[in-house]
Amino acid sequence: MPEQKVVDPDYLLLEAPRERKFITGAQSMAEAVKRANVDMAIAYPITPQSEVMHLVGDLWAQGYLKDYYRAEEEYGAFSAIAGAARGGVRVFTATSGPGLLRGLEAIASWPGHRIPAVLGVLTRVVNAPLSIQPDNIEISYLLNCGAVVLHAENQQDVFDFTLAAFVIAEQVDVYVPVAVATEGFFVTHAKGYVNLTPEDMKLPPRNPYKAPVPPTDNEIPPARIQRDAPVQKSNFMSYLIHAVWQQEVWASTTRAMKYIYKYLGGPIEVINPDAEVFVVASGCAAAQAREAVRYSQMEGLNVGLVKVKAIRPFPEKEIREVLKNAKGIVIPEHNIVGWLAREVKAAIPNNDRVVGGPRVYGGMTLPTELIMDEIYKILGVKKDRKVLV
Amino acid sequence: MGLEYVRITTGFEDYMPKDYVDLVKYGQFGKEYDIQELGTFKELVEEHPMCAGCFMAYFIRIFYASLPKPEDTIVIGTAGCARLQLSQAAVPFIYGNYGDTNAVASGLKRALEIRFPDKVKDVVVVAGDGGLMDIGFGMTMHSWFRREKFTTIMVDNEVYGNTGGQESGMSPKGVQLKMAPKGKKFDKINAVELAKAAGCVYVARIAPTNPKRLAKTIKRAILAARHFGPTFIHAYTSCNIEYSIPTDKVLEDARNREKKDFSFYEWMSDDVKAYFEEIESNKEGKEVKV
Repeated sequence: MPEQKVVDPDYLLLEAPRERKFITGAQSMAEAVKRANVDMAIAYPITPQSEVMHLVGDLWAQGYLKDYYRAEEEYGAFSAIAGAARGGVRVFTATSGPGLLRGLEAIASWPGHRIPAVLGVLTRVVNAPLSIQPDNIEISYLLNCGAVVLHAENQQDVFDFTLAAFVIAEQVDVYVPVAVATEGFFVTHAKGYVNLTPEDMKLPPRNPYKAPVPPTDNEIPPARIQRDAPVQKSNFMSYLIHAVWQQEVWASTTRAMKYIYKYLGGPIEVINPDAEVFVVASGCAAAQAREAVRYSQMEGLNVGLVKVKAIRPFPEKEIREVLKNAKGIVIPEHNIVGWLAREVKAAIPNNDRVVGGPRVYGGMTLPTELIMDEIYKILGVKKDRKVLV
Repeated sequence: MGLEYVRITTGFEDYMPKDYVDLVKYGQFGKEYDIQELGTFKELVEEHPMCAGCFMAYFIRIFYASLPKPEDTIVIGTAGCARLQLSQAAVPFIYGNYGDTNAVASGLKRALEIRFPDKVKDVVVVAGDGGLMDIGFGMTMHSWFRREKFTTIMVDNEVYGNTGGQESGMSPKGVQLKMAPKGKKFDKINAVELAKAAGCVYVARIAPTNPKRLAKTIKRAILAARHFGPTFIHAYTSCNIEYSIPTDKVLEDARNREKKDFSFYEWMSDDVKAYFEEIESNKEGKEVKV
């Protein structure tokens, strides 16, 4: 491994020179971990995530990380992540679909423990029936945990979001975990061009004392978030203590927004802000939505894109503003429940403008034609469609 | 560092709570007392919300009084009665989720080894039979398979006491409990043999009838974990409520169980044995001297 020098996070994320590589999403996530000065990673196999943690294991073998092991299962892995983070080190892990759900109890407790961990979520179908294919329904379960949730469209996003995630998670006024999600296989196992920061530069190490809740390391008085009996009792003080703690966790997630602006250029990306019809999409669906917007331009239709990068905190204000004059809103998704459509519908007035779909799931791809069909319907465009049988 | 974080900042002596001042002046930080001196020094835990006559409360009192280095110890617990008392001691305590103690301890111990390779930081799990042998079974076993260097102490009350008296894997066969209305159908899990098979370097089973022996066992388990690998103590800490043991018969009950299935048992690997022989040979009145 090359000697890595510590550089300022702002420099690394915003100014450092970049080198273009043609790599998979899994490689891209590992390349971000390589530059993030991670102390410890804990792995547990599940397809399609495994590739990421194989590569992170190789980083440990090369000396980039100080500790790494294969845990007994996801609940054990994510609980150990909590223990290591409470001990003051910088941690990373990743999972997929059923693995995320198996470990969800631990993940849901991370924000309350003020664990600034970074979690890769490489999405996959949730059983049953058994399948390993891409489908992002698992993100809907993650939305109420109190973590920051970023959704990456492609290999470049995976790199940028993952590297920024470590910086955002450890901001004193944030200090909750950051999940970086992207679609399994479509992104993790496919190659794309990624502009990488130099291999010989890394983030400064975690300073566990620069924190709203100090580490439990017997070096300073500990945060005793479970010390006081009142929190466990049935009286008004106990309800109040827990209520305040929950409010603080969610306020912390909200405060991540200013860092999402600083490091990721904001929670949304907009193409053609004066459009009549918008396609709102996140993750891989945003790539197909981008294509639909390009087709529409070629056909002379006034269609725009809202790519949602941050699912938590959800950019309600920003989305409401962009969509205020939209005639129709198409929300393509890689899941059956339409969690993004629900979020958008809850954020805007006159939400009957929203077309909740097209939706594909179970591993299907999302043909641009399906998005175009919804755009045509809204604009009253009649198209002949030949069906080949 | 340990003692540094405990120490009162100069000028604040008059303003700190008396309990805290006493803890620093007359407590266990930086000193090692014999358990027979109990009552002559300020203890790490003095108040708790446990039931009257709770033997687990007594065990935890002895546990804290036996810590070889309390200022550099972190205790990890889980749901159950024990955590009600553990969380009120003057020793950092982490409560994670249901049955996750040995996974949290694995991550924590490794993190402390990364950050403080030259310092002693003792990590001790104190959890119940349900936490360690039922819901957390996989994590308990795998922390031992991985040879994680911390101590696991099972305070076995043979029941889910805190949730209202349900059967656990450690309840004796035949006992009628909630969720076992016709009596438990299978034997008590043999935790001690599991610990040995899984790679613990020091394993003990004890009914806490003799404080001196109990203190020695706890110290040994912590010291062996510090230097060699995982250690395990299986302690009988009866639930006088769910098992209807009269308060004044709790010790008698423990003595009876000690004669049957909780006789004192201690096993250690050869290198641990050699280590104790060396450090305990030059004793002067004290059983364990570091």
